[in-house]
Amino acid sequence: MNKKMLNYILKRFLLALFTIWIVITITFFIMHAVPGGPFLSEKAASPETTAALQAKYGLDKPILEQYFNYLSGVIKFDFGPSLKYKGITVTELIVTGFKTSAFIGGIAALIAILIGVFLGSIAAVNHKTKLDQAIMFFSTAFVALPSFITASILLLVFCVKLQWFPANGLTTKGLILPIISLSLSPMSYITRLTRSSTLDVMGQDYIRTAKAKGVNYWVIIFKHSLRNALTPVITYIGPMLASVLTGSLVVEKIFTVAGIGKYFVSSIVNRDYMMIMGTTIFLTTIVIIMLFLTDIMYKIVNPRVDLE
Amino acid sequence: MENNIILSVKDLEVKFKVRDRELTAIRNISMDFEEGKVVAIVGESGSGKSVFTKTFTGMLDINGRITNGEIYFENEDISKIVKDSEWERIRGKKIATIFQDPMTSLNPVRTIGYQISEVIIKHQGKSKEDAKQLAIELMQKVGIKDAESRYDEYPFQYSGGMRQRIVIAIALACKPKILICDEPTTALDVTIQAQIIQLIKDLAEEYKFTTIYITHDLGVVANVADIVAVMYAGQIVEYGLIEEVFYDPRHPYTWGLLSSLPQLGDKGDDLFAIKGTPPSLFQEIKGDGFAPRSEYSLKIDFEKEPPMFKVSDTHYAKTWLLDPRAPKVEKPKTIQNLHEKMLNLTSKGGVYSDRDK
Repeated sequence: MNKKMLNYILKRFLLALFTIWIVITITFFIMHAVPGGPFLSEKAASPETTAALQAKYGLDKPILEQYFNYLSGVIKFDFGPSLKYKGITVTELIVTGFKTSAFIGGIAALIAILIGVFLGSIAAVNHKTKLDQAIMFFSTAFVALPSFITASILLLVFCVKLQWFPANGLTTKGLILPIISLSLSPMSYITRLTRSSTLDVMGQDYIRTAKAKGVNYWVIIFKHSLRNALTPVITYIGPMLASVLTGSLVVEKIFTVAGIGKYFVSSIVNRDYMMIMGTTIFLTTIVIIMLFLTDIMYKIVNPRVDLE
Repeated sequence: MENNIILSVKDLEVKFKVRDRELTAIRNISMDFEEGKVVAIVGESGSGKSVFTKTFTGMLDINGRITNGEIYFENEDISKIVKDSEWERIRGKKIATIFQDPMTSLNPVRTIGYQISEVIIKHQGKSKEDAKQLAIELMQKVGIKDAESRYDEYPFQYSGGMRQRIVIAIALACKPKILICDEPTTALDVTIQAQIIQLIKDLAEEYKFTTIYITHDLGVVANVADIVAVMYAGQIVEYGLIEEVFYDPRHPYTWGLLSSLPQLGDKGDDLFAIKGTPPSLFQEIKGDGFAPRSEYSLKIDFEKEPPMFKVSDTHYAKTWLLDPRAPKVEKPKTIQNLHEKMLNLTSKGGVYSDRDK
């Protein structure tokens, strides 16, 4: 069993490296196929300055050579300097931003999962009652509303009108609202998923068997139903974690949080080649890790799953 | 005889709310179940067999309710129990149920051992270790080899027949007074069917519980039941000892059911089928519910509901044909010499002979 597991992890690891390489290659060439460059913006620099900068970062070399140079750097975990932020490496930028993003994202994801599963179960158990309808109304609303709307409303109500929280995410207290606005949408989605799969599971024959055994209702919910009902939720949690942990441009902008989310957009606008590659590789890695954890979770929840 | 009645149903009526309409699934059933007997309830789909027995454990679907009548079990009218928490002292402990499909009636993500010992811990207050010991003994009893090593396996590692044995083990874990078998063999292949039925039969003798079979397989009924109740459109239309109902059926519906047995027909003839469909339970049924489908119906059948006529002390049928004023009718040819035919079928070499082993 352990050996099987080890083999599986090794196989997944090699596959992950292959995936990352493919992503690097595609991103690299598409990025260079787009016209423009990192030194073209704002005040036009003199051709000499531009040429000197190009030469400094190796951008004057043939594209294939640049590609191999970059790859050899990546192997040594050297993702290069940022072309926009002077004197700081891509790795440093990502690590600093990720610390904040992962912190608020992690808490937001935890809240989303715990409250989502709880509310979903409550709604399913009280199927067709007013409570179920209320939970469904709000979860539908929060799934449908874009984050810039919910975040703005939160900001308006709790920072401007009630003044309970500061309007920026520079203090710990100021991180509460960004955490809430990050968690609302996944929480609502998990609520809906849990509700529908619990309703489905509660109609299964083995639930009827458990009931006929004289098992207590709540024991049926927690010991017989929930584990079966969680499979679709786990499927969603993997990618959700990846996206929540890597921050959100909108939420970070609205609440002034120094996270990583903004780089995904700003690096492309700036044509900061090194940063584009860095954030892409970073996101790919996080997604791969989360998908791997999802598969492990399947195995834990469902004994029928064979990791081969 | 009156003393050993274990379950007594009086004037039971069950209604379901479907959308905005009301459906009467059980229409005034009164029936006594004798301790230690095997009672078979037969009838076509939708006749209310399952609904009838579900009322004994409060397992009606959420839109169904008992609107009239009583069900006495151990000097208590259990039809008045509303709360699930109150049912827990009866379900699985005193009245256990085995359901139709063993492939889906066990929880796929819990071990076999957990699912058996759960009910022992719940109803007998045993410790986990004691429950495990008891569960392993039960598994051996229902014929699982290597029970100890298979205790921690999951349902997907068991075959269909073995799963049904586990379901039986769960049902018998607390030595119930009544075992309801809701078509326990429908989902199994014929050879396994025979084994499972034999197993239930053997265990019934050992544990001395009353068995209620719900089935539409008359072959099963013929082999295991002491008493047969024929249900049609939410009523019991004929009731009696197995010999009486099989060899001297009185209700035209029972005639139809028996004639439909392919084994009884003559080779080369078309298979017999009862014409038409059962009446809609949404409407009030006037007269005899079977009358529109019966070749033997009289004028009164469409006007007045027949009472239960007594054929013998143990045999009753609900048809106007038994009224002294009714014209004499001949039973259909296929079932006239049933005794002989059934003997052929169940004796050595017959279709059902393997069931006696």
